[in-house]
Amino acid sequence: MSDTVVTTASGAWAVAAALMLGAAALGAASLDGVLTARSTGGSARGGARMALAETARLMRQRRRTTVSADTLLWRIGGGGLLVAALLMIVVVPFGSWTLADLAVGVVWFNAMDVLVWALVWLSGWGANSAYALVGAYRFLAHALAYELPLMFALTAPAVAASSLRVADVAAAQDDVWFVVWMPVAFAVYCLGIVAFSVWGPFAPATGADVAGGVLVEASGVDRLLVLAGRYALLAAGAAFATPMFLGGGAGPLLPDWAWVLVKALVLLGGLVAVRRRLPAIRPDRFVEVGWLVLLPAVLLQVLVVSVIVVRS
Amino acid sequence: MFRSAVFWALAVTAVAAGVAVFRVDSMARATYALAVSFVAVGAALLLVELHYVGIVTVLMMVMEMAVMGVYMIMFMGMNPALMPMSMVHDNRRAVIAAVVTFLFLAGGALLVQWPERRGTPAADTTAALGGEIMGPKMLVMLTVSPVMVATIIAGIVLTSPRGRYDRLGEDLGGRPAEDPQPGGVGR
Repeated sequence: MSDTVVTTASGAWAVAAALMLGAAALGAASLDGVLTARSTGGSARGGARMALAETARLMRQRRRTTVSADTLLWRIGGGGLLVAALLMIVVVPFGSWTLADLAVGVVWFNAMDVLVWALVWLSGWGANSAYALVGAYRFLAHALAYELPLMFALTAPAVAASSLRVADVAAAQDDVWFVVWMPVAFAVYCLGIVAFSVWGPFAPATGADVAGGVLVEASGVDRLLVLAGRYALLAAGAAFATPMFLGGGAGPLLPDWAWVLVKALVLLGGLVAVRRRLPAIRPDRFVEVGWLVLLPAVLLQVLVVSVIVVRS
Repeated sequence: MFRSAVFWALAVTAVAAGVAVFRVDSMARATYALAVSFVAVGAALLLVELHYVGIVTVLMMVMEMAVMGVYMIMFMGMNPALMPMSMVHDNRRAVIAAVVTFLFLAGGALLVQWPERRGTPAADTTAALGGEIMGPKMLVMLTVSPVMVATIIAGIVLTSPRGRYDRLGEDLGGRPAEDPQPGGVGR
């Protein structure tokens, strides 16, 4: 099944991909601003401007320094989130083009989302601040519970397509999208995106009860990079869901690259909106949920998929 | 040419980061220096077309180092992990052992009579490697895995301060369980 033709775009297109990811992240942040404004009775237009206004404010803000901070690790952690998101989207086929046609693209995405473990922890560690470190460990506790279910959720489409190449996985959904017959894997995957983006129910790492957690000492452009990195990770996760579960570029009328964009943006909007629908998930409670509920559920899903693939 | 430049860059990075593990004075830096070293090794594996093995090496090692970050705070209780500290102990003997081991292995690599290449590399090196490991050595694999799992479980059983009788009472009938930290699914 490794004969699906995709054209590898030249490196210059990576700039366009990065700009698109940035635009998607900004759009997500603006949408969140609108939703916040609506829930607090503010104007939608003011809410939409919040993201840009906050960007401008943070770019002018002076950097806060802390006593014996580990600056090197702190900067790596803060700036790395955006880099991880960029590295994720290089394997997402955009219609019939892709930036990197890796034979093991699914594993590549998985490796990049594991990088987030290190990056969030380093952001918390670097500031030499107790609350930031507490936040960092909250994230790792979440990570220990969400990562294995997420890995097996990524396994299901790969098993169904008999390939780890993302273009093959997308092409294997010509008849019916994977989201239709592997809904558990899709749900766990979405939960995984929300979790590695430190978003919504998985935001206790940056919770107000620990004075902002990982973000407590981050200021100025460093804080901007972390916040933008979170939205970019959310956007990259939504983009990767398109070839994995949502049929890639399949769809009527529009060209396939446009469908990739539409699907990714709709999913991204949904993930942004989830933030005000779900309560925060306590890391200590979630570990048991992850290992006793999610992991068996997604393993059963992989078993069902494997049986269907072998028998058909 | 390009490949050898990349190889040397990665090799130097891997060794330099490995040296840094022992030179830095913080557990966090040592941990992630080791992670950088492994990432460079994983990237070097990509050069010999072992894409799956290379990327999985990066994945597993970064995750492992993050988990090590959990343990180093959890078990190095009296807080040296949070403070600047030396990354070496028994320095002299450790240096001697390391140098001797390095010379032995590097000398072996340089002095051994390498055979001439026969045949050509497999088209799919990952599959060839998997077949080589899992084919004739399957019995070893089948023996090693249960032993490893049993070791992990035995380790947890031996170190766990609380068993089911502590949680559920003498007749195992106490519900809900008496846990200092209640779990998420209400067992």
